[in-house]
Amino acid sequence: MNDAFDLRSGETHIEVHKFRGGTILFATIFALLVQAFLPVYWPKVATLDLPLLVTIYFGLSRRNPSTGLLLGMVIGLLQDSLSKTPLGLFGIAKTLIGYLASSIGAKLDTEHPAARFALTGVFFALHQGIIVLVQRLLLAHAEPWFTIRLAIAALVNAAVGVVLYFFLDRLRKS
Amino acid sequence: MVAIPSRHRSLVLLTIVVVVQVLLLALQITRESQGSLIRVWTVSAVSPFERAGAWGVSKVRGTWRHYFALSDTARENERLKQENDALKLQISQLRAKASEADRLAGLLNFRETQERVPMVGARVIGSSADANSAVIYLDRGQHDGIKKNMGVITPDGVVGKVIESFSDTAQVLLLTDRDSGVGAMIEETRIQSPVGGTGEPLLSMKYVSNDDEVKIGEHVVTSGMDRIFPRDLPVGTIAEVKVGAPPFKFIRVRPSAQLEKLEEVIVLLTTDPVVMKKKTEGSASAVPPPQAKPAVKDTAAKTAPGKRSQEQAAKPADNPR
Repeated sequence: MNDAFDLRSGETHIEVHKFRGGTILFATIFALLVQAFLPVYWPKVATLDLPLLVTIYFGLSRRNPSTGLLLGMVIGLLQDSLSKTPLGLFGIAKTLIGYLASSIGAKLDTEHPAARFALTGVFFALHQGIIVLVQRLLLAHAEPWFTIRLAIAALVNAAVGVVLYFFLDRLRKS
Repeated sequence: MVAIPSRHRSLVLLTIVVVVQVLLLALQITRESQGSLIRVWTVSAVSPFERAGAWGVSKVRGTWRHYFALSDTARENERLKQENDALKLQISQLRAKASEADRLAGLLNFRETQERVPMVGARVIGSSADANSAVIYLDRGQHDGIKKNMGVITPDGVVGKVIESFSDTAQVLLLTDRDSGVGAMIEETRIQSPVGGTGEPLLSMKYVSNDDEVKIGEHVVTSGMDRIFPRDLPVGTIAEVKVGAPPFKFIRVRPSAQLEKLEEVIVLLTTDPVVMKKKTEGSASAVPPPQAKPAVKDTAAKTAPGKRSQEQAAKPADNPR
């Protein structure tokens, strides 16, 4: 758990990143607090899904599907707790995103900002898709699959994600 | 015991975790309860930070308004005559104080007008962590007498209702949320219909017949039929009217309360029907309502149960969630 090491499979050379103690806990709590607090004063901030960005980042960096899905589950359940949604809605969505992000992170190099932008946009859309699916199947809420607002939110989150990931990179163990 | 290949372990874990959460969801739907322990813990853990943040923001804003803004004014005034400087500074100070006090004075006037209605003022300290739901958190909860389903208002109009109450915090579903609704009627024509959220800034008035005449600019007020809000509280103003899919019109309502800029609100400390006094034009003094019955908690207890159920049965569509 202390140092960076390499996953070597044939020609691929993917580095697994470790972070300074408490980074994941601090980033998770910070993201949830900011998400719950800032929209009171700046409603536009609600477009961001910082807990999702944190889930994606640590999934892509740690590259361990089990860790990724458990982290996603915890973040999702905490987000559910701070929302009016039934417990499990964000939990399921972020569990799946955490799993996918860490699975993809183990196969691809996701350090380039362009790759991060694209992946975050795709994961955001997928996350919303999972939420809508669960709402339709389990909660009988006929939420729309796609809206322009959602597309804009995906782009905004992807852009903010790239900047956020840059700062989180500074917290890696060298 | 069957050994799971290591490459499949994470997939098995994923399946277990997702299935457990699906069961958790199903359990909540069956029991219609969302007040589970994890929610109480999380809100209890987060609300002190939100409270501190709200305090910090108000201090920063106060410092900005009272110091930096006045410094700018002072710098400008230095170019003018010294005598005018002093006067302008004084006016600026008074204006700054007045604008800061306006909201609180509004709340106080409202409370004084409605002195017989049990209510408590609360500060907004947080919002939903989910962009798709319009939820806010207040700095008051069960200790202040706040319970689930109590109405939340400002002097401008209806804000929403309490959906969860914790020891020192309460969760409020805003009127703009898709799951929100309030029994309402058009003030001028007394046409009744529930008004609900759409997930957007404008509300939707759902069940007004295409045959009814509705004009843009007409005022929408509470009908009192939802048993949460008293009659005749402002809900909003008609902003858009179209002929909708038969038999109902497509009507959008602009909320009276500034739901995106809420900082202080009033919680009605009763889930029983109450009657509020109407404010007279240009003053905060009150006049008795037409149906002048005591606006206190005991009102409902004194009302015959049969009458209550008759009223509810008379307008089932006007009793949103």
